Amino acid sequence: MTDSPAFEPSKGGVVGQPVNRVDGHAKVTGQAQYAAEYLLPNLTYAALKTSSIAKGRLKSIDTAAALREPGVLAVFTHENLPKMAQTPNTLAGKYAIYGMHMAFMPLTGNEIFYSAQPVAVVVADTFERATQAAALVQVTYEEARPVASYQSANAEVFDPNGQGYVFDLKKVVRGNPQASLAASAVQVKATYVHPINHHNPMEPGATIAHWEAPDRVTVYDSTQAVAMAQSSLATILGLPQEQVRVVTKFIGGGFGCKFNLWPHTVLATLAAKAVGRPVKLVLTRQQMFTSLGHREDQEQTITLGARQDGKLTTLIHEKTSTTSPWDIFAEPNGAILNWLYACPNYQSSHRVARANVMTSTYMRAPGESPGSVAMECGLDELAAKLGLDPLEIRLRNYANLDPGTGQPWSSKGLKECYARGAELFGWSKRSLEPGVTRDGRLLVGWGMATASYPVRPAQGRARVRLYADGHALVQTSATDLGTGTYTVITQVAADALGLPMANVRFELGDSNLPTAPASGSSVAAATVSSSVYLAIQDVWQRLTALAVRDSQSPLFKALPADVVREQDQLVLKKNPSKREKFSALLQRQGLADIEGVGNSKSGEGYEADQIAFDNKPGTKQTKRSMYSFGVHFCEVKVDPDLGTVHVTRWVSVMDGGRILNSKTARSQIIGGSIMGIGAALMEGTNRDEQYARYTNADLAGYHVPINADIPDMQVEFIDGHDPYVNAMGVKGIGEVAMVGTVAAVANAVYHATGKRVRSFPIVPSKVLGSDAV
Amino acid sequence: MNNFTYTPTNSAKEATRLRRETPAATYVAGATTLLDMMKVNLVEYPQLIDINALPLTGIEQTANGLRIGALERMSDVGEHRLVVAQYPAVSESLLLAASAQLRNMASIGGNLLQRTRCGYFRDAAFPCNKRVPGSGCPAQHGDNHGLAILGTSEACIAQTYPGDLSVALLAFDAVLTLENAKGKQRRVPITSFYVLPGQTPHQENILEPGELIVAVTIPAAEHARRSTYLKVRERTSYAYALASAAVGLDVQAGTIRSARVALGGVGTIPWRSPEAEKILTGAPATDETFRAAAAAALRGAQPREHNGYKVQLAQNTLVRALQNVATT
Ligand SMILES: Cc1cc2nc3c(=O)[nH]c(=O)nc-3n(C[C@H](O)[C@H](O)[C@H](O)COP(=O)(O)OP(=O)(O)OC[C@H]3O[C@@H](n4cnc5c(N)ncnc54)[C@H](O)[C@@H]3O)c2cc1C
Ligand code: SF4
Repeated sequence: MTDSPAFEPSKGGVVGQPVNRVDGHAKVTGQAQYAAEYLLPNLTYAALKTSSIAKGRLKSIDTAAALREPGVLAVFTHENLPKMAQTPNTLAGKYAIYGMHMAFMPLTGNEIFYSAQPVAVVVADTFERATQAAALVQVTYEEARPVASYQSANAEVFDPNGQGYVFDLKKVVRGNPQASLAASAVQVKATYVHPINHHNPMEPGATIAHWEAPDRVTVYDSTQAVAMAQSSLATILGLPQEQVRVVTKFIGGGFGCKFNLWPHTVLATLAAKAVGRPVKLVLTRQQMFTSLGHREDQEQTITLGARQDGKLTTLIHEKTSTTSPWDIFAEPNGAILNWLYACPNYQSSHRVARANVMTSTYMRAPGESPGSVAMECGLDELAAKLGLDPLEIRLRNYANLDPGTGQPWSSKGLKECYARGAELFGWSKRSLEPGVTRDGRLLVGWGMATASYPVRPAQGRARVRLYADGHALVQTSATDLGTGTYTVITQVAADALGLPMANVRFELGDSNLPTAPASGSSVAAATVSSSVYLAIQDVWQRLTALAVRDSQSPLFKALPADVVREQDQLVLKKNPSKREKFSALLQRQGLADIEGVGNSKSGEGYEADQIAFDNKPGTKQTKRSMYSFGVHFCEVKVDPDLGTVHVTRWVSVMDGGRILNSKTARSQIIGGSIMGIGAALMEGTNRDEQYARYTNADLAGYHVPINADIPDMQVEFIDGHDPYVNAMGVKGIGEVAMVGTVAAVANAVYHATGKRVRSFPIVPSKVLGSDAV
Repeated sequence: MNNFTYTPTNSAKEATRLRRETPAATYVAGATTLLDMMKVNLVEYPQLIDINALPLTGIEQTANGLRIGALERMSDVGEHRLVVAQYPAVSESLLLAASAQLRNMASIGGNLLQRTRCGYFRDAAFPCNKRVPGSGCPAQHGDNHGLAILGTSEACIAQTYPGDLSVALLAFDAVLTLENAKGKQRRVPITSFYVLPGQTPHQENILEPGELIVAVTIPAAEHARRSTYLKVRERTSYAYALASAAVGLDVQAGTIRSARVALGGVGTIPWRSPEAEKILTGAPATDETFRAAAAAALRGAQPREHNGYKVQLAQNTLVRALQNVATT
């Protein structure tokens, strides 16, 4: 058995098959335990009191009435919150903690920085009593005038050049964009405006903190990243990492807002320590708008220069957005323009303004999703100006090499996606002219946009225990956001072990298990499947080592390199009649089980290892650019009198490398597309300028798409796997699913009406209004 | 949310007596909107008197028209054979409202008493004249995108009733039966049930403290049989109206013999338009007539910074609704 780094699909294997979710039954029968559902003995309940102003100081905070309520155990404010070993409030502290996105921990002082900032935590023996007592906490403020956003008259907009947190927000220049723009035959300049978007997962942020000993705590938390939450909490609490355990067995959606550790989890953990009983804190739907970040409000201007034939010469992107009082955070929208199309001159820059809001955060394809609106709507505008078909202009600018780096692609099935998508959609029948296709009173429009998202570097470990009775336990700390991680990893393990899926149990979501990367940046399926696959290779190698030394094995004295695996057996390559089942081998050896571990890298790190390993002296291997790709096609029907827009058809064709499960993968693409339809047509968090406070912070006011907004969606994948990205050849699909979707809808609305609405969401007032051209 | 006592009752007499004893208490039917408001501390009641077991049910034909008990559920009424046949607009206004789950719980009486969706009203951290009289109205110069353009005042520009059913009831001259604590019933036309905000936007209707809504009666009419409810909103379902129209036309040989027009989403209260009805009555059922009627209906509109689009939208909605009934 050789060290075989790349997965090969097996005959009759389940990898790729549209297998139903292995956790589906548990979910629909209520057996699946979410973070808030651990009924620990002596459980207590916390409720937050939040500020009613956006900026100022606490003058007084009176907890007497709350404390008098029956069942109330404690009320914590900045005056009595237990001390933390580290807070994110300083830059050094934030970097030490690492996993807290926001450089501010509430209840550490009397200053108010944003509306609905927590000012007190009430703990009581029932949820109802905690809730009532929280309402009884009396707070008075010294109010100051807040800044609501980058758009406010009192906002100070500045260039954060290089100062950005996570994304450095440096100005990037390639070629000579100013000169090439001036020399270009055609130019288009357009500004797109986006409101705040909130992730609004079904399951709110939720934590149960249970101190099992004075220096040992288990935290059940709705997080996409148990390992990062664990290390961050350990730093905050001043405990060794091993004494903090984070458990997340099921998540009801996250979309990025549960990637980092947020203050409510810390508050619950501190409160539990102080009251000496487990504490549960579940955020209310309203609090979900001010507790886990959001996609920032922003406007982006794209300037395109092109030749008469539509070939791009110049792409310039400028973005302005709102950030918080402490952090400089913005999604890097301009990045995607640097790789999506062959264009020799490129520039991107950012401006931000501090306002009285919490720090914005990652939301499905942060940067790429809104950035693709500028790119894909901008290109659509250019195509219209030149009288070119939108697909044709994309083909004319097809990038055979990564324009940003000059590197070849690890794989790129985008042309195939275009061709298949166009065929499924019937794109060739599209009228070039906008506003001319009708269905009765309705205007019909077709739009499309390209999708792409990087294969981000990640690494993770897994452990596999194979039992002599033919069952296996697979373990990593990974999380399943509801996307199907449980299922796809079980499929991979079943195939790699040669066992039926029913014999494989995949356990995840516990920091006691081998560390997997956070479920974010579309790395989970790729990295976790690869680490499990490698752990199973490790198992087979150990079994081979046992077999060749076992005089009773048919494989006795074989060279390990001559032994291969077929299903659940080891087989001598040269003489396949010599074979043995692992169970027979283990039983003879007197072993109840055997364990293997795997460490996988995905992306850059995987490639670097491969190059280093394969490289013969004197040869130089090429580095490759790694991206998922795809295309979305959309039909809308617009009522020109009422301003309503309905998406009536949808086709997505994606290249995400190897697809582990065509059903859960399809669900990912549908989900991302629906989020895009939401952002395009209805989603937006509104705020009052004077009070810097949201005016629609619940699910009645913040509209996410409902079933009636969504047509039947057609999704296909381009077959294939990418040999350069990781052992499984998986590129990832979670985020590429959303990229391009907003633009596809907006472009369809333009095609229907002949009017460009550049401010999102495209609600009836804007379709009717004269603010569009 | 505050703690409260919960008292189920099974007679109107008992329910009104309990209210008399605890004036700060309130009734609860489907609880679909009351609890929402309690959870975010917009309203506070020491006691909820559950009226679901009261015999305020039944959908029956009477001499005065169709009588619908106040505790009938929105979904049951919306799907009821007689409602569908005699008052399509009423049926549609119910079935286009809220979500299936809410409609299954929500009562007719509760629907009429739902409260504004103004974002400032819905968050106790904001000042709001309707919630705290005299505290101010930030919506005047703030986020007023969804708010009213007719019947507004300097004190309030919100839809006191943001929903749908009352708009249809208003178009077809429904009458409410109310019962007070002494067991005395009175009949109030829905045209005079809601009151304009004026300087007292916290006073929303003429219901007296403790008074129960017992039933709604809708008179039969040809224009009610040929009616429709059109609702325009920012998503296809489960959203409040930006603008809506309940219209009914009795057209004979191309001429409109009688017409009913009410608008939702644009008035501080459900908005009947006698001006539009006057233009329609006796006129030919043409687009030109409809457009003239729509213009008349919106004549007094006073949009604020972000809701100017509603003037056109409401007219187009009304025209479309009239076209839809004229061609059925
Ligand atoms: C998310 C959401 C979306 C919605 N969308 C729409 C929509 O699009 N269109 C629409 O029309 N509505 C909509 N609604 C409102 C919905 O129709 C109301 O919530 C419902 O009709 C209220 O009925 P209920 O029986 O649940 O009332 P409850 O919540 O029980 O009570 C509401 C109020 O009425 C009082 N009350 C109830 N019955 C009586 C009675 N018989 N006599 C005197 N007082 C009484 C109660 O004391 C209380 O003050 C929506 C609601 C929600 C939560
Ligand atoms: S419009 Fe009416 S409900 Fe809204 S803030 Fe003003 S007073 Fe309150």
